[in-house]
Amino acid sequence: MEQARRISSPGEDPIVPEDRVITVALAGQPNAGKSTVFNVLTGLDQHVGNWPGKTVEKREGICRLNEKDLRIIDLPGTYALSAACAEERVARDFILRERPDVVVVIVDATALQRSLYLVAELLWLPAPVVLGLNMMDVAERHGVRIEPDVLQAALGIPVVPMVARRNQGIRELMSAVQDVVRGVRPCVPRRPAIRQDHRRELESLCRVLTGQVPAPYADEWVALKLLEGDEEITALAGEWLSSERWQAIETILAQHEDGVVAIASGRYEWIGRMVRAALVRPGAGQVTVTEKLDRVATHPVLGLLVLLGLLGSLFWVTYAIGTPLQRWLDASVVHAGAHQVRAALVGRPAWVTGVLVGGVIGGAGTALTLLPILVIFFAAFGVLEDTGYMTRGAYVVDRFMHPIGLHGKSFLPLCLGFGCNVPAVFGARTIGDGPQRLLTVLLAPLVPCSARMAVIIVLAPVFFPDHPAVVVWGLVTLNLAVLALMGRALRRFALGGKHLPFIMELPLYHVPHAGSIARSVWHRTLAFIRNAGIVILAGAVIVWTLSTLPAGRIESSYLAALGRTMAPAGALLGLDWRMMTALLSSFVAKENTIATLGVLYDVTGGDRTLDESIKGTLTPAAGLAMMVVQMLFIPCLATVAAMRAELRAWRWIVVEIVLLLVASFALGALVYRVALVLGLGA
Amino acid sequence: MGEHGGVKRLTDLPAGGRGVVRCLKGGKDFVARMAAFGFTTGTEVAVGQNYGHGPLIVSVRDTRVALGRGEAHKVMVEESVDGTGPENQQPG
Repeated sequence: MEQARRISSPGEDPIVPEDRVITVALAGQPNAGKSTVFNVLTGLDQHVGNWPGKTVEKREGICRLNEKDLRIIDLPGTYALSAACAEERVARDFILRERPDVVVVIVDATALQRSLYLVAELLWLPAPVVLGLNMMDVAERHGVRIEPDVLQAALGIPVVPMVARRNQGIRELMSAVQDVVRGVRPCVPRRPAIRQDHRRELESLCRVLTGQVPAPYADEWVALKLLEGDEEITALAGEWLSSERWQAIETILAQHEDGVVAIASGRYEWIGRMVRAALVRPGAGQVTVTEKLDRVATHPVLGLLVLLGLLGSLFWVTYAIGTPLQRWLDASVVHAGAHQVRAALVGRPAWVTGVLVGGVIGGAGTALTLLPILVIFFAAFGVLEDTGYMTRGAYVVDRFMHPIGLHGKSFLPLCLGFGCNVPAVFGARTIGDGPQRLLTVLLAPLVPCSARMAVIIVLAPVFFPDHPAVVVWGLVTLNLAVLALMGRALRRFALGGKHLPFIMELPLYHVPHAGSIARSVWHRTLAFIRNAGIVILAGAVIVWTLSTLPAGRIESSYLAALGRTMAPAGALLGLDWRMMTALLSSFVAKENTIATLGVLYDVTGGDRTLDESIKGTLTPAAGLAMMVVQMLFIPCLATVAAMRAELRAWRWIVVEIVLLLVASFALGALVYRVALVLGLGA
Repeated sequence: MGEHGGVKRLTDLPAGGRGVVRCLKGGKDFVARMAAFGFTTGTEVAVGQNYGHGPLIVSVRDTRVALGRGEAHKVMVEESVDGTGPENQQPG
């Protein structure tokens, strides 16, 4: 899309002279402060989505500078540019294929050596690089002094010192970018070479590749990636080359299995040369604040207590502030609105009122009343990420998460699921790594949320007046067991079962920055309204239309008809069409189950309570089966909308719904049969 | 940098122990991933936390890194006995 604009250089094309939009790609390792730079540059003018066909977040924005618009693309935070994970492939493919005018790489001054590793890789790609040396203040506090000018001279590319969190150096960074684009500032990088003992092999690889590598790839880069054992490039080279040439390549590679080590060592040798003069470091032996805090935060016992304490306070804040706000919105906005609309529609057919009030206002109300809780969770996540605590929490619970095929980073999002599955799905965004995030999103609906708990807490005493607590506990345990099993199964069969090494940086602790947290809360909330709001609204209208048409009564509605067609499946579990209809209605919101049962059992008409009516028609065995199905049934509409907003693809959501439908009914049937054997059939 | 105490697995170094990476026993993906975090042969590492189970915390090239036990098991290090490594901060 940008191709056309870029090719037309000034002078050749009179229509788009000088005015073409300059594209700047922002690269950097995680925790280097890249997002802060992006937010400062683009303000509120940004678009958040996913990279095409990937579960990797794509952020794009416009930065206005000296009357000119710059298009800023935030590449995923990556430590290197291998093919090992989706983020790194996305980052390098963008630079290779879209050819940004400049790549700005944000480097953490407190970890210069490791941060330059990514720079070592970037310099081989076909775009000029400008280096933003971020967190200079933190580095100084830690006694690390860096001379940006010396580093600039060594690297051969512009180096701009900055403190992005305090908005220092960003203007200078962007003027360096403009200077490079205009060609007034030289950008002649000194690239890292492979370790001495492998230079000959690299040269022979390049000779075989000469003339065979199509644009946008370069011979030497391809040769390096082949030596590294890069899967993607190896496969591509296999397609490009004739079989004789490919054989020659394979022979060279077979003799040099350790190419990857030689390349990495070469990069660090280069880094050593770059920083030797520029880095003035103090004597060792200093115990930092981060280390002191980590003695508690990463301790196997104390660390768990800290994590649970934080989680507890998060839930407390949600219930103390979020829930009352939610109720207030529900009463004063949603119900008042519904009342107004109902009053205005007097005399119209019942289905019109039903669809408008139940569907449109109900759906919009669901989205609206979710907002307070989401804002609280987004803010809490922002603080935990910004301070650097998130990785510590992940570290402490990591060993408990492995049995279900997950890493520690999935713990916090999944825990949020006990409150509501929607923030759990959005929380998975903090995980970063693609398959982990996908798996966490898919497992989130299996965490028993408060709405489902409310339903079984009402139903359990109806069927088991003597031991309701045991039944509720059993159901929750069953639910979590299914979660664990499904995690293992999905990991193994659907996500390739590839074991990603658990290596995670523990960044230095920071005082959280209110501005950047507020910005991220704003963007995430906006994204929720834009992406999930519409799906919730549409879903609510559809279900409400089905439940009121044709006669305006749920018992004779299309939804009930659907419930009746599902009755044979229900019969396996001892459930009739009313239970099936109640389950279907729970798709809009889980707590609907009780309300629908109330209508279908005609509680208001007769003189019996819901308890008595249900107990009269269902055996305890069937009741138990009903509760099992209710707990494991398809995710609610808001959760589906959140999943759709996060995954950007219906494929996995369809897989998920089918899996849960099958699992819930199969387990329900199993529990029913076992319960019958145990004599709960009467 | 003083005398050395033989090559062992990173998991065998106690908290506070130091060593120099001698080799990474894993496939290319593993080596590349570890290299991106600073683990290459010849690099000095310092173990910040190792409880004998669960993941480790290791300082490498100015960075604190959490490393899964399985991953740390594949890192062979030469233990530095005197513990006067120049680069890494001494954890408590």
